[in-house]
Amino acid sequence: MLQNSWLIPLFPLLSFVLLLIFRKSKSEGTAWIGVLLTGLSLILSIGVWIAVWQGDGIKVEGTWFEIGERAITMGYEVNPLNALMLVIVSLVSFLVHLYSKGYMHGDERFPVFFAYLGLFSFAMLGLVLSPNLLQLYMFWELVGLGSFLLIGFYYFKPEAKAAAKKAFVMTRIGDVGLFIGMVLLFWQVGSFEYDEIFAAVRNGDISSGMLTLTALCIFVGAIGKSGQLPLHTWLPDAMEGPTPVSALIHAATMVAAGVYLVAAMYPLFQASETALTVVAVVGGVTAIFAASIGLMQKDIKRVLAYSTVSQLGYMMLALGASGYVAGIFHLTTHAFFKALLFLAAGSVIHAVHTQNIDEMGGLWKKLRLTGPLFLIGALAISGVPLLSGFFSKDEILASTYADGRYGLFWLAVVAAFMTAFYMFRLFFLVFTGKPRGDQSGVHESPSVMTLPMIVLGVLAIVAGYLNTTWFGTFLTDYLAEGPVELAHGDHHGPSWIPIVATGASLLGIGLAYLIYQKGALSRDWITRSLPGLSNVIYNKWYVDEGYDATFVKGTKGLSKLGVLFDRYIVDGLVAAVVSAVQGLSKLGSRLQNGQVQSYGTFAIFGIVILLLVVALTGGYFT
Amino acid sequence: MSSVSLAAYLTLALILFCIGLFGALTKRNAVIVLISIELMLNAVNINLVAFAKYSINPGLTGQIFSLFTITVAAAEAAVGLAILIALYRNRQTVNVDEMDTMKR
Repeated sequence: MLQNSWLIPLFPLLSFVLLLIFRKSKSEGTAWIGVLLTGLSLILSIGVWIAVWQGDGIKVEGTWFEIGERAITMGYEVNPLNALMLVIVSLVSFLVHLYSKGYMHGDERFPVFFAYLGLFSFAMLGLVLSPNLLQLYMFWELVGLGSFLLIGFYYFKPEAKAAAKKAFVMTRIGDVGLFIGMVLLFWQVGSFEYDEIFAAVRNGDISSGMLTLTALCIFVGAIGKSGQLPLHTWLPDAMEGPTPVSALIHAATMVAAGVYLVAAMYPLFQASETALTVVAVVGGVTAIFAASIGLMQKDIKRVLAYSTVSQLGYMMLALGASGYVAGIFHLTTHAFFKALLFLAAGSVIHAVHTQNIDEMGGLWKKLRLTGPLFLIGALAISGVPLLSGFFSKDEILASTYADGRYGLFWLAVVAAFMTAFYMFRLFFLVFTGKPRGDQSGVHESPSVMTLPMIVLGVLAIVAGYLNTTWFGTFLTDYLAEGPVELAHGDHHGPSWIPIVATGASLLGIGLAYLIYQKGALSRDWITRSLPGLSNVIYNKWYVDEGYDATFVKGTKGLSKLGVLFDRYIVDGLVAAVVSAVQGLSKLGSRLQNGQVQSYGTFAIFGIVILLLVVALTGGYFT
Repeated sequence: MSSVSLAAYLTLALILFCIGLFGALTKRNAVIVLISIELMLNAVNINLVAFAKYSINPGLTGQIFSLFTITVAAAEAAVGLAILIALYRNRQTVNVDEMDTMKR
């Protein structure tokens, strides 16, 4: 099974190629190509995962080319971490393919959509299988391309076009960081191989300052991809893409690539205390920052997008606080419940044709399946006990506490409270109360759409039992066989942590219930008491405006200066040369007037000058 | 024989040559231009004769050569005048300024 794992990314690639060939086809049966081929990937991934679970692993590499004595290799590697990622990616990809069959029904470029999904799945699976940084970087860029194409799928909408460009540019800033880190590592170690880099780190071949620098550069790449502060602004805008894309790329897989990168390079981060602290602080601050924005958004997908940013911050916080397993665990559970939430939101949008939650309401009775599934997702992400989010979030809090980062711990608790509040604000506004918009044509989505949601719903409940203190820490034992040496120690902290976490989430749910369901508290209660703050939050802390005023305006000003320089100095120089040559040739043409006498005069003058020169200098007759 | 120095001959030849050159380059009438060219040739003749007498080994070569020059100059003047007449018949003018077909 393991030696065939290189086939996993190739099935979606095949789907991409086939669907490009059939891109003009009007038949919606073309979707089955994508579904079938990603299904094959899924089966193979699960097989590989089982093999890895039994303690196997594989690494196959061949030389790509040689520079001097250094060989650059390509190949694939399966270890516990990326086997888990393979299953997550191929599973969500498969379900999203299936879901899109229903969601994209009637779209003009139906096969093209599935082709792009295939391209993205290929890139993401290839990224996960990469055994070295260079190969990872290539797939990293391909993933960005897939994301760009899918965000801009509705290219006739100006917002979608702008969002696609923004996503590309913002993640590119991060990619430059990753590239610099990669080059620095190659310079220090002489190889892109993970194994050799880790060996060099273990042997202390790299100075500690350089270690911190490279780790931070790589983390910049992760910041860009995972939408962490301060490069998070592209992720909410990316919601302009079709909803299945948001579920696949901007919730479950691609944005998790940043977390995966930090996890894959974890020995490097472990070697630098500063780098870990930076990761933890960026993660923690992002978690609460994005959660606060999520409190006030009106667009159902944007609330989920900020929630994604916030949860990714959680994962980073866990990784920074030495909670390697906690971070991966949350990545896994989050992939399931956030994909579920997005697909459910897509189902709602499919039904009511709007994304504004002010125009929804009372959908619980009409959407008999979507409603409960959304509720499961909301309960899971809020961290209500017995659902998956509870266990992974609890583990993150515990490891943060155990690592002695008490400030970040309380920040995370507040973020958990906010998460519960905005999720249930969303739930109550969308599904309960009176309908606030035209809901005449509302009906439940077809079964190709509900089936993937049901699968994800089940997973959102049970995925948490992968790693619990009650039944066994399967995931910890599993990941302990990977290349990362886990810091052993009590990561389960004091027993009051789960109680505090549960309390925070129940408080959030309760508050949302009081405000949006019972109406016991007026809805604009906070808005009225703190108008300044709520205005700032509603406007997303003016981050976009800030970037616009500094970077965008700055760049524009600079380019205007460049235009002036080009127009007046460069062009002026060219014009000066031109007019000089023109003047000279005008003089020449005036000399050539056809008068033999003037020719004679010039000749005589020439001779006189020559003779004068000879006479004055002595010539070479002497 | 009064002693006239070589320098005097050469100065005379120089003055003659310059007058001829000036005439050849500035006069508008083609006939005057031809006459000016004759003047320059004569300046050369004076030089030849002067050097024949005053050079390090004097001889008759220079004087005979000047006779050749006079002959050739006469022939040249005949050909030049013939061209001029042909030109005059063609263009009704002997003004040098109007003879600028080389420009085109």
